[in-house]
Amino acid sequence: MTTAAAAPTGIRRSLAGRIVDRIGGGLVQVFMVLVAIFWLVPTLGLLVVSLRAEEDNNASGWWTVFTKPAQLTFENYANLLASGFTSSFWNTVLIAVPSTILVIVIAAMAAYAFAWIEFPGRDMLFLIVVALLVAPIQIALIPIAKLYGSLGIFGSILGVVLFHVAFGLPFAIFLLRNFFVGIPRELLEAARMDGSPEWRIFATVVFPLAKPAIASLGIFQFLWVWNDLLVALVFADTENQPMTKALQSQMRQFGTNVDILAPGAFLSLLIPLILFFAFQRYFVQGMLAGSVK
Amino acid sequence: MTTLGLIFAVLTERIRWATAFKLVLFMPMAVSLLAAGVIFRLVYEQDPDKGVANAILTTIHDTFSSSQGYPGARPRENDLAPAVVDDGAVVAKQPAEPGKPVLIPLVGLPPASLEGAAAAKAATPGPGEIGGTVWLDVVHGGGGTVNQVDAEEKGLAGITVEAVSDGVVKATTETAADGTFTFTGLPPGAYQIRLPKSNFEEPFNGLAWLGPTLITPAIIGAYVWVWAGFAMVLIAAGLSAIPRDALEAARIDGATEWQVFRRITVPLLAPVLLVVFVTMIINVLKVFDLVFIIAPGSVQPQANVIALEMWRVSFGGGGNQGLGSALAVFLLVLVIPFMIFNIRRFRRDER
Repeated sequence: MTTAAAAPTGIRRSLAGRIVDRIGGGLVQVFMVLVAIFWLVPTLGLLVVSLRAEEDNNASGWWTVFTKPAQLTFENYANLLASGFTSSFWNTVLIAVPSTILVIVIAAMAAYAFAWIEFPGRDMLFLIVVALLVAPIQIALIPIAKLYGSLGIFGSILGVVLFHVAFGLPFAIFLLRNFFVGIPRELLEAARMDGSPEWRIFATVVFPLAKPAIASLGIFQFLWVWNDLLVALVFADTENQPMTKALQSQMRQFGTNVDILAPGAFLSLLIPLILFFAFQRYFVQGMLAGSVK
Repeated sequence: MTTLGLIFAVLTERIRWATAFKLVLFMPMAVSLLAAGVIFRLVYEQDPDKGVANAILTTIHDTFSSSQGYPGARPRENDLAPAVVDDGAVVAKQPAEPGKPVLIPLVGLPPASLEGAAAAKAATPGPGEIGGTVWLDVVHGGGGTVNQVDAEEKGLAGITVEAVSDGVVKATTETAADGTFTFTGLPPGAYQIRLPKSNFEEPFNGLAWLGPTLITPAIIGAYVWVWAGFAMVLIAAGLSAIPRDALEAARIDGATEWQVFRRITVPLLAPVLLVVFVTMIINVLKVFDLVFIIAPGSVQPQANVIALEMWRVSFGGGGNQGLGSALAVFLLVLVIPFMIFNIRRFRRDER
């Protein structure tokens, strides 16, 4: 970066300076291409490994596929789907979708109250929310496990969902509240003048305006739950386990299980990747807004 | 991590495909840490025929030191053998004489490993030249004359041969397919023929990434892969908020690009850098999945982190919930300064 940017000033530009600029710019390009390759290759490797038969993976590296594309096969995926992996896929969906919806609904209402309704202790409560943003999930594992045990929902999907909702809420409330505060006060005052009840203001004025923020939050929460391993490891029984836990249980024999693990891992990251590329704008916004999580 | 994010963020401003680059770096953020763990288990696979990290390392290594690799090859250990082992290298006993072939018969290689190699040939160096043959002095199935080049015996190709005089290497050559080598144009003098150690070393097989010593750097590598995009995007957002005219003014005043970066960009970015740094610390403190997945069971003690230990003692077979709770509280205590930092920052922003 030392050289390439000297250009715009237009001052002190000798021929030598320009040559250095050109070479420096070229070096930056090369470096960035290398970094991009470094970032892409691991994922590409997973994809190719998942598409190769077990014998091929044992015999040679996945990169040989570029000279012998005939190795590619969907056999691993077929085997995986036949082995009951689909049930853990559905478990993941059953956990991720309700958690996301619940978090959005509860957080939107709470954030609205924090932003626009005066009530005693509001600021103190919100500071607690801010503090909880970074609370490590580990502190709740054991107490909640005991609580679930006495409630009889330990191991159930309901338990996993409730835990995710509880731990998703501080971030969600924080994100939405900061967005709601930015909505012009006049809009709300006007609606209040008209005598609309609070829920109507929320539904007709705030909610439509907040769609981008809610989209960011939804994607974030969904990915967070979809990708979670720790909570599932503790709270989900084998029959209710999501994909991450199902795959983790295969990790112990990594060497011999690559033909299950690679396609499983790739399937589990397919949906996040699709979401990410489809909604990357919201994703980045959410990241910027909630950079404290 | 913050540094890396800063570097990337600054450099992305210099390239035209910045959006694509950001996407690529950001993508791992969407991927679960479990999947990232599986991905990096594949990358770090020990066998260079399977793990891409070691494949690249061995390729680089072999490019710079082309070791044909005949591990185990050695001269016969008796007084008649014309060569001996000296500190890993094989040295001819007699000083080389121009015009007289130097014979270096070796044993210790399975003949099957040389299947398809060319038959050894007795070298015939011209007058004034030093030459000889390196070959496997074993006839498959027995027979042949010891220390003589026989028709059925195989030459060792690609072996590095040095001509040494007074302990200094004067010339280097390589054996041909039939095991012969020649030095031409050597000034007259007493030379000893030596086959350096590198010929007999085990081929380089890459590093044991998942072994006890390298497991921590390996996990850090994977972690950087996951989070660098996050740092980059945050810092890039901070960069775009820096007023252009401040930078331009400094440039017109004759500041070098490095000075502009050091004295203007970094101070103006400092709040963002701090946020990124704090966020990364909090995340690293809580890291669990990546260590749990990447570290094979046998090296998990070397790679242990609080979050993993907490899970292990209280759920993963340990059943000691008291110790688990203590570890969780310890983790919370570590995070409390950052909680206070966040609250302070929030209060300041609200005013």
